[in-house]
Order: sequence, then C-alpha cells, then structure tokens
Amino acid sequence: MTEVQEYKSRLNDRASKKFETFSYLPPMDENDIRKQISYMVEKGWNPAVEHVEPARASCDYWYMWKLPLFGEKNVDKIMEALNDCKSAHPSDHVRIVGYDNGRQTRGQAMVVFRGD
Amino acid sequence: MSAKKYDAGVKDYRENYWTPNYEPKDTDLLACFKITPQEGVPKEEAAAAVAAESSTGTWTTVWTDLLTDMEYYKGRAYRIEDVPGDDSCFYAFIAYPLDLFEEGSIVNVLTSLVGNVFGFKALRALRLEDIRFPVAYVMTCGGPPNGIQVERDKMNKYGRPMLGCTIKPKLGLSAKNYGRAVYECLRGGLDFTKDDENVNSQPFMRWRNRFESVMEAVNQAETETGERKGHYLNVTAGTVEEMYKRAEFAKELGSRIIMHDFFTAGFTANTSLANWCRDNGMLLHIHRAMHAVVDRNPYHGIHFRVLTKCLRLSGGDHLHSGTVVGKLEGDREATLGWIDLMRESFVPENRKRGIFFDQDFAHMPGVMPVASGGIHVWHMPALVSIFGDDAVLQFGGGTLGHPWGNAAGAAANRVAAEACVKARNEGRYLEKESRDILTEAAKHSPELAIAMETWKEIKFEFDVVDKLDAAS
Repeated sequence: MTEVQEYKSRLNDRASKKFETFSYLPPMDENDIRKQISYMVEKGWNPAVEHVEPARASCDYWYMWKLPLFGEKNVDKIMEALNDCKSAHPSDHVRIVGYDNGRQTRGQAMVVFRGD
Repeated sequence: MSAKKYDAGVKDYRENYWTPNYEPKDTDLLACFKITPQEGVPKEEAAAAVAAESSTGTWTTVWTDLLTDMEYYKGRAYRIEDVPGDDSCFYAFIAYPLDLFEEGSIVNVLTSLVGNVFGFKALRALRLEDIRFPVAYVMTCGGPPNGIQVERDKMNKYGRPMLGCTIKPKLGLSAKNYGRAVYECLRGGLDFTKDDENVNSQPFMRWRNRFESVMEAVNQAETETGERKGHYLNVTAGTVEEMYKRAEFAKELGSRIIMHDFFTAGFTANTSLANWCRDNGMLLHIHRAMHAVVDRNPYHGIHFRVLTKCLRLSGGDHLHSGTVVGKLEGDREATLGWIDLMRESFVPENRKRGIFFDQDFAHMPGVMPVASGGIHVWHMPALVSIFGDDAVLQFGGGTLGHPWGNAAGAAANRVAAEACVKARNEGRYLEKESRDILTEAAKHSPELAIAMETWKEIKFEFDVVDKLDAAS
C-alpha cells in the first residue's frame, strides 16, 4: 500500500460523479439511512424527497416528490416516501432534504438512491 | 444648561471622565480595556485618561470646550474591575455616545478607540478587550456580502463543514503548475482551494495568468465530479483600483469566490470590496495577516474578538478563526467565543469565553469561520466537534503532503469529514471515539489509511501565550 497509487476518477466513469454530503462514503444500507433521517427529525427539520434525471443532476431544482413532509417525525413514513419515489422514477437520483425553516436553509441534503 | 467659566490649565482626568454612577444607554458604544498603568497612577485616573483620550479630551483644558456640550459628547469610564489572577492591570469599562462615530465606518471607530491613546505615557500597556456595538450602529454597516445560508445555497453544500486547502509552495510556482495543484485538490473532493496570502501578483506568477489557470482547473474539476467548487482568488493589491480590476476579472471568469487580506489592506478597502461583492453576488474569503501583531500580547493591543466584530461589520463571508488543535495559537474557550461572534445573531456576555458584553447583530448575516493551519485527518473528529457544520476546514500540508499526491490527500480529508459527520449524526461521541471512527472509514478508503499512517505522530502541544484571564 505504500507504493504510490493513481487517483481513479474519470470524466466518463459514473462512479466518479459525486453528490455532495456522504457521497465519498460507501453506499448506506437502510439502517444507516434511517439513522440519518432520525437525526434530521430530532433536529426539527422538515423532510422532503426530490428526484432528477442523472443528466440534470448538477442543477439546483430537482423535481419534488409531492410536497415536503412538513412536521413528519415518523421515520417509517419518510422511508416509505423515499421508496415510493424510487419505484415511480427508477432511473432517477433520489435525495432527501431536511429543510431548516428556522434558519431558512437546508440542514441536510443527501442522495439516497443513485439512478442509471 | 448652565454656563461655565473658562479655567485654563491641566486637570485630573477623573474630574470629568470618571463617572461610576453612569448607567450606559442602549445606544452607547461600550468598550472594555485592560489597562496596565504606570506605577503610582490610580486606577480611576488611568481609566478616566483612557476615556478622555479616546473621546473628547486632550491634555489641557481649551476654551473652545465651552462652545459645545462636553457633558454630552464625552466618553465615560463607568466601571473598573480586577483582572482575575493578575494585579498588574485592571479592566476599565467605557461608554461612548453614538454621535462620536461616523455611520458604517469601522475605520472611524478604530481611529478613536485605538488611536493616540495607545501611546499614552501614563500607561505601561493597553489592550482593547471587547467592544459592544449598539444595534443602532450595527444597522449602519453592510456586513457580510452573502452570509452562511447564501453561501451554502450558492455552493450547494449542506449538512457538513466545507473543506479547503491552501496551495503550496506559497511562492514560486508558475500559473499553469499552480492550476495543476488546484485541479488535483478539487477533483479529489475538496470544496475550495485558496491562494496563499503572500500570493498577489509577483513576477513569477502575475495575477491574470493565475486567475485563468485556476479557473480552468475549477471548471474541469466541477465537470469531472459533478460538484460545485471554488478557489479563493486573492484580489488583495497595492491600490484599490488594482483590487477592483482583479475582482472584475474574477467575476468575468465565473469565479464564485474571491479573497482579501482585510488587515494589511485596511478597513476602507475591505468595506468597499465587501460592497462590491454584495453588488456582484461574489463570496468573499477574508484572510487575517498581521492580526497576531496586535492580538497576541495579553497586555497590549487589540483582542481578536474585537477584530472579528469589526470584520463582520465591515464585511466578509469567511474569516480565519484558528483551529484550537493545529499549529497556531488559540485556546478552546476563547476560540469558541469568537466563533460565536462570527456566526450568531445574538451573543450574550460570557466571561468564560472572554465575552464582556451582550452583542446583538440583529439581522446581519453570519461569517463562516475558517480553521486552517497544521491540521490533518487525525484532527478531523475534534474539528467537526468544535466547529460543527458551519465552518471551512482547511488542510494545506494535510492535503498536499499526502504520499500519493493532492487528489488522494483531498479524498482522505473528504472521507474523514463525512465519516465524522455520519458518526455524529448517529449519536456517537467524536472526540472519544475518534480512532474507531477513522479506522472504520479507512477500511473503504486507502487514501485515508495512508494519510492516517503518515500523520499519526504529529502533535502541536505548546502552551498558549494569550490565555483567557482566570484566577489560577
């Protein structure tokens, strides 16, 4: 491991495309995702599900999956919304956003499913 | 008001400027000085002298004093306090009426408060510990051109601290080779790279060439990773005309952020540049060269918390804060104090953190603290714990010094940062479990594993020179 390694990132390699927070870690399993959602909920942030075609991923405005789940604290319900969005748009990227209305920002935004 | 007779000569300052019964007004600008008087000078007299010399007074009575209402315009020493554990000096609290200061001019405030009075012979040393800017004054200042929320939206970074790196060697690279170093850092996963403060426009790399090469690197890294990136293009220059010229060119090239050295360039230039940034949607990174000259001596100068407040009012979106854990000075509680002053809209008095006054910033945006200097992956858990999400963590040597190069170094830092944020959100204790958290993350990142191996022995454990005053 001490020998110098090349850094494997290529323009035409799908795996080289990153998605901001947590995209440098291995994909999270459902248990890990639920923990992150619990954190958002504990912080009092409003969860929202968004999706987009991979070609348009770098834009600000992804499609909203319905409306943000204002005040939703139930992690099962939030997971369900993520899975519903994924089933309806299987080739899209799907992310969860935690809207922090107190500070008018997003406390969190993470891609949960990567599209094709 | 009653008429007074003119009485020429030298009077004790305390006759006019020591007013222990004075109740400060909400609109007063308040200051706390640490005064080390010459031997034999009573505390009240020394405090009154500072109040006088930093406001309306001069060494002798002048007849023109009687043409105005000195009772209204004078600064007032209204309280003195012991410094815990040190009887060579004491704190003096002084209230100044708002009328003494031009609106929106940090320059004018500092010219009064830290002007001639600092060379005053009756004092052995003098330090401005804190200023309470009244909200009425805060509202006359422009403040940060964008602020933390706007920066997050522009950069599309949420739920984690941002990561940066200063390009080294700081002097001597050609523009094209410099751009290479930038590209490697950004493609590896950093959000920002930074011009070193020494880099302006030297013969080996003129600013225009640097800007072009760097922006090519930024654009290439964005296309490759799909993430938004920035490089702090340093527009600090010998004249404001040149500064503006460089800022305009950065904008023309599509840069999201520029950089300025507020203290060497001065508050006039800085405030003007902040206004330009606000008008042009440009983020403004602020470096603080020269600060340690005035803020490091515990008895003389200006405390960094005062410089922090001044910069926030003058305008800047990032400000270097020290790291607590790295190679530069700063104890933890004091650093947390000035980090609050950068980010929060209201900061209450908290002597444990060296905050002498409540400070209300009203709706003024916050400044992102930048932790930079001698930090590497092993420090990441502590940094995430100390700074939280709203900060830029900058790893210079900790990126560029990676045995496999900048991209690998950048990736190591990014993986470590994300692993720490993930663990924190899961309710784990970062500082206690740091080794486990990083070791787990390194299983999936050979870049991180090598970084941990490379820097495992490096520590910076010297005692701080400027400690908070506390009884020992």
